[in-house]
Amino acid sequence: MPDITGRFGAYGGRYVPETVMPALIELDDFYHGLKKDQSFQREFAAYLRDYAGRPTLLYHAARLTAHYGRADIYLKREDLLHTGAHKINNALGQALLARRMGKKRIVAETGAGQHGVACATVAAHFGLECRVFMGAEDIERQHLNVVRMRLLGSEVVPVTNGSGTLKDATSEALRHWVANVRDTHYIIGSVVGPHPYPMIVRDFQAVIGREVRSQAAAAGLKISHLVACVGGGSNAMGLFHPFLHDKTIAKIGVEAAGQGITTGLHAASLTRGRPGVLHGAYSYLLQDGDGQITEAHSLSAGLDYPGVGPEHAHAKDSGLAAYVAVTDQQALAALARLARLEGIIPALESAHALAHLDELMPKTNPGEAVVVCLSGRGDKDVDTVAKTMGGL
Amino acid sequence: MSKLKDKLTARLAAGGKGLIVYLAAGYPDLAATRQAVLAAAAAGADIIEIGIPFSDPIADGPVIQHAATAALAGGLKTADVLALVKELTAAAPVPIALMLYTNTVLQYGPGRFAADAAAAGAAGLIVPDLPLEEAASLQAVCQANGLDLIRFIAPTSPPERVARIAAQASGFLYCVSTTGVTGVQAVDYSPLAPLIAAARRAGDTPVAIGFGIGGPEAAVAAAAHADAVIVGSAVIERLTAGGPAGVGALVASIRQALDRPGDTP
Repeated sequence: MPDITGRFGAYGGRYVPETVMPALIELDDFYHGLKKDQSFQREFAAYLRDYAGRPTLLYHAARLTAHYGRADIYLKREDLLHTGAHKINNALGQALLARRMGKKRIVAETGAGQHGVACATVAAHFGLECRVFMGAEDIERQHLNVVRMRLLGSEVVPVTNGSGTLKDATSEALRHWVANVRDTHYIIGSVVGPHPYPMIVRDFQAVIGREVRSQAAAAGLKISHLVACVGGGSNAMGLFHPFLHDKTIAKIGVEAAGQGITTGLHAASLTRGRPGVLHGAYSYLLQDGDGQITEAHSLSAGLDYPGVGPEHAHAKDSGLAAYVAVTDQQALAALARLARLEGIIPALESAHALAHLDELMPKTNPGEAVVVCLSGRGDKDVDTVAKTMGGL
Repeated sequence: MSKLKDKLTARLAAGGKGLIVYLAAGYPDLAATRQAVLAAAAAGADIIEIGIPFSDPIADGPVIQHAATAALAGGLKTADVLALVKELTAAAPVPIALMLYTNTVLQYGPGRFAADAAAAGAAGLIVPDLPLEEAASLQAVCQANGLDLIRFIAPTSPPERVARIAAQASGFLYCVSTTGVTGVQAVDYSPLAPLIAAARRAGDTPVAIGFGIGGPEAAVAAAAHADAVIVGSAVIERLTAGGPAGVGALVASIRQALDRPGDTP
């Protein structure tokens, strides 16, 4: 997966203007060569180790485990990576790819700013020119990351059309790529967009799951569940993919239910959406009866997206993974709990995965291991959290 | 047979060049769209494209994005646009093509959409985010309903790909003038010559150049390389500034320049 047309079952494909089709075909061909190229794989692995800080810990959260009193909880500490989230895995892989393709400029979209920071970081490291499109609303609520990107030498372009969030930033990044496709590589930040992006981003993030597999084997863990948050779904697919066909391990993706799944103010594309085409791929979307994309709502800027990666859509339909949703309030409570019990402040996105433990843990058994992807650290969210929780 | 191709072929046979005018349905409201279509047709447009607004139009620049956002804010539905087309095909003496994004036709249901568009009198569908690789199923339902599915070539399309696209073209072949989105800008059309030559070797569908054309001078420059030109964002800007009468005046000036290219100032 995907097949030659870029499909995961019914999902995926390439719904883009003709102008960028030749670039997508070239990228697909180039990447297939690279995938088998040992020198590239060695180079990528070396940068992940020496620059990003891999492997990340698989940390036994003893006090969180004690809190629930059932299975052992392990946190995959992607928050400990350079730049503070799993996004650096993909950004490094794609920057190396862009360099080998001879592209000197990169363009990216960002929601929470974590992907934007990762791109700005690798652009600085490799001497590439970088432009990041970011929704005006997200620029407000993720100011720290905006400053980081600018410090790193990237141009941050505010996007004011539409809802001024990740959806609109992605559209604008795509338009910019259409206009500059000859010398620019688009580093999409999640397992979304037209083929081959969902496959490439998944492959670059699958290092998460591969490490979990070897770390669990070394420690003799019996994994029963893998849990990760899902916006576009890159940390979740990165964790799930090496285990996707292992029926003894449940894969659970946690979407943002925002103010509540029945309020209409949420970002739960898989839980409440219908299939359609957005940003070049056929997948589950939040949309009205005419197919107009509706605004997503989540306190977490990184989950505030009305679509989801096509491989997740396929995983949902085929039962390879299950998807649930938790509210802003549940995520905040989980964030506070991890801070108090483990001394770790997770990103609001990752806090959604942690929040699902309330429902999941009573159904688990002692002796099993539940692995939660702690996709990012929470520094960027402290203002949002303070404003929402009060008393800080 | 194709109403779109027939119309352009007749214009070419008379020694002229085709003029295709884009209007965004429901901008600023449906009544204005109706009047603007009639004004453009009376002023010498050969084909009218009516755009169905989409929330996330990735091939469009700021002008058409703004028109779509405004039309959607006004509550416009896909069914309203089909009703407008039905009314206009009875009143306007030019063929109408619908420009829309893939998700609009998917959510309506491709088979039902093609049937309803054909019943409303539309001559074809133009779907800017549906490349060759994804077009087969919509092509089949268009064909079954007598609609042309307009194909695109771009400056980045390699010659062998242009040939494959041109071989499937019907109605007209939409040649995007520049790498970029819709919107008026200065474009050098001469690099398109080999692209269009490759298309002509592969089929006899008329070639129309679109994206960027702002007025009579640019239209003449583009038409030197093709059978027709497509004017969109400039028309919308004129509609905003001068209403339907302004659209009529812009279209008339382009028509005149295309008919007598030597007189262009």
